[in-house]
Amino acid sequence: MIPVGFPLAVGALLFAIGAFGVLVRRNAIIVFMCIELMLNGVNVTFIGLSDRLRSVDGPVFVLFIMAVAAAEAAVGLAIVISLYRRKESVNLGDFDSMKG
Amino acid sequence: MTMKDFLYLIPLFPLLGALCGGLLALRRKPANEIFAGVVASLMVLVSFAFSLLAFLELWGLGETIGLHQIVYPWIAVGALHINLSFAFDNLTAVMTLVITGVGFLIHVYAIGYMRGDRGFQRFFTYLNLFVFAMLMLVLGSNMVVMFIGWEGVGLCSYLLIGFFYEKKSAADAGKKAFVVNRIGDFGFLLAMFLTYYQFGSLEFATVANKLGGVRPQLVTAITLLLFLGATGKSAQIPLYFWLPDAMEGPTPVSALIHAATMVTAGVYLVARTHFLFALAPLSQAIVAGVGCLTAFYAATIAFAQRDLKRILAYSTISQLGYMFVGVGVGAYAAGIFHLMTHAFFKALLFLGAGSVMHALSGELDIYKMGGLRKQMPKTCWTFVIGALAISGIPPLAGFFSKDEILWRAFSTELKGIPPVFNYCIYGLGLLTAGMTAFYMFRAVFLTFFGESRLTPELARHAHESPAVMTTPLLILALLSIGGGLVGVPDTLLNALGRLVGAAKPLPGGELFAEWLRPVVGAGAAEHETAGLEIGLMAVSVGVALLGIFLAYVLYRRNPAWPAKIVAALPRLHRLVWNKYYVDEINDAVVVRPLKRASANFLWQFVDAAVIDGLVNGAGSTAKAGGGLLTKMQTGKIYAYALSILLGAAALLGFALWAW
Repeated sequence: MIPVGFPLAVGALLFAIGAFGVLVRRNAIIVFMCIELMLNGVNVTFIGLSDRLRSVDGPVFVLFIMAVAAAEAAVGLAIVISLYRRKESVNLGDFDSMKG
Repeated sequence: MTMKDFLYLIPLFPLLGALCGGLLALRRKPANEIFAGVVASLMVLVSFAFSLLAFLELWGLGETIGLHQIVYPWIAVGALHINLSFAFDNLTAVMTLVITGVGFLIHVYAIGYMRGDRGFQRFFTYLNLFVFAMLMLVLGSNMVVMFIGWEGVGLCSYLLIGFFYEKKSAADAGKKAFVVNRIGDFGFLLAMFLTYYQFGSLEFATVANKLGGVRPQLVTAITLLLFLGATGKSAQIPLYFWLPDAMEGPTPVSALIHAATMVTAGVYLVARTHFLFALAPLSQAIVAGVGCLTAFYAATIAFAQRDLKRILAYSTISQLGYMFVGVGVGAYAAGIFHLMTHAFFKALLFLGAGSVMHALSGELDIYKMGGLRKQMPKTCWTFVIGALAISGIPPLAGFFSKDEILWRAFSTELKGIPPVFNYCIYGLGLLTAGMTAFYMFRAVFLTFFGESRLTPELARHAHESPAVMTTPLLILALLSIGGGLVGVPDTLLNALGRLVGAAKPLPGGELFAEWLRPVVGAGAAEHETAGLEIGLMAVSVGVALLGIFLAYVLYRRNPAWPAKIVAALPRLHRLVWNKYYVDEINDAVVVRPLKRASANFLWQFVDAAVIDGLVNGAGSTAKAGGGLLTKMQTGKIYAYALSILLGAAALLGFALWAW
């Protein structure tokens, strides 16, 4: 039985890497992937804690998150494609028409 | 079936008539006139029938506080409970019977009078609505229901005065009536607030039972405010000047609203709240004094008018003054009695004037008439009966009611008011009675007798009105003759009995006062002054005959004299002819300063600077704040992401720290 600290540490690491990537990268695809990383960091945390707490709530949540992430990826990629069609670029810095 | 549970039917039918009529009036195609008029009249007739049923039931009950029905609890907030409730007591019975009875006759008359008018359907809708509101006014068992009716009749009065709204003078007259009435209504409202503040209730019956230990000053304030409301509705000094202008409305309206019913609402109000007035002798004296002054003042103006309807309007104001004298000195039965007989003979006079107008295509100047007796005998003789009744010639209706008021004014002592006040009121009232006879017969002689002064065109067309108009005239004439017999004074009957040598006093005296006794009390106790009473009666008959004789001398025997008198007193004549310049003074003192203040202060400063400033300020503050906040919207997604992350971290940190 692995100690609970391991999956938590891995989860935190994945989340931090993902968040960092979201903040520093400009490529929309990469930002997307980083969001997936953050989600999976959360997933790992859920699984690790559910083992410890002897509860199936965590895995159930994980299944939900995966389903939502899949849907989100589909929508997000569609948005990226339409953004590319518009400006021939996936650089997030090029899209600031919502500036106040 | 007992009417106790069906009182709401009395006002319901005119309301239905108004609603149906209003819906029909919306159609583009003009409605069938006969149908519309007959339906509207029937509604009032049904209402009259129900009033009669309730009256008979009330009669059968003997002495009672009356019928009372709560239709539904309307407002219940904390301690404030207001029901939509009706009360039908002996006073209400008189009022509803007069309103629906005379109202029905006037509706029938109007079918003939308004024939061919473009607004026929609209006219009957308003007329039905008016009857509904007037019935609410008299049936309401609390001040709030009464106030609904009070405002309702004001509204209908406005609508009907301005009925010919394309005429500027009619529209202006309607507006004037409404505004002046609103001033009075404000007094009524304040009186309601004070009543609730003092008694915790607005039900007349409840208030009447809670009179112990109230502050007399407060009661005086309440009664004076109520009287202010009454002066507005009943056209007394200082709020009388809307009524003459109200003659711009169609003549049936003048008869129904501005003679028989609505303008008597103020008298009814005072009689209805008599238990308050009884505690405030000062208010009573003011009511009687104002009534007496108004009676005299309006009669002087009627001397110089040439317009038949305006003469009748000033005469109405004058007669309303009499009623206020009656209710002011605590002779409520006498005041209401005069209200009833006045409804008969003044409606008759107005409808007669309308008949003349009908025959002469709207001509109203009595100096352009004359000799109409031959063309329109029915109108002429009924008009003469009305004039005799208003002049107080026995045994017509006006004699008994007017004399009862004068006698009471003479003999009733008001607490704390010196008796010389009574004598002044009596003297002025007596003088007014003579003047009334004079100006009424001036109108009669100039209109119906002597040489015709009509233009040949009009003379050819002058004709008697159709039966639908003359029949109401005849019925009202009969009522004007016999209506006073319900109030023959006991003293007169006793004297007559002695004259014919009857063993017992003749029965049937003072039925009217007896009928109202459960509501308003008996009034002052009679002293042993039968001789004095009969003497004063003879004096007032003499004065009335003198007035008629003078009118005869001046306008039949020596038609040149009036012009000479006018020439001898040019200034006085101009003053009276211009109604003492009251409208001009009002305009200069009230209207124009108000307009100027409104334009310069209220509009330029309060509205433009303060209110607009506040509104615009609110707008520009929001705009400036938004301008600042908009800087946060950079449009850069990573900036948003960073702020989300920082926000989440801050929340998490706060949760940890708080935990």
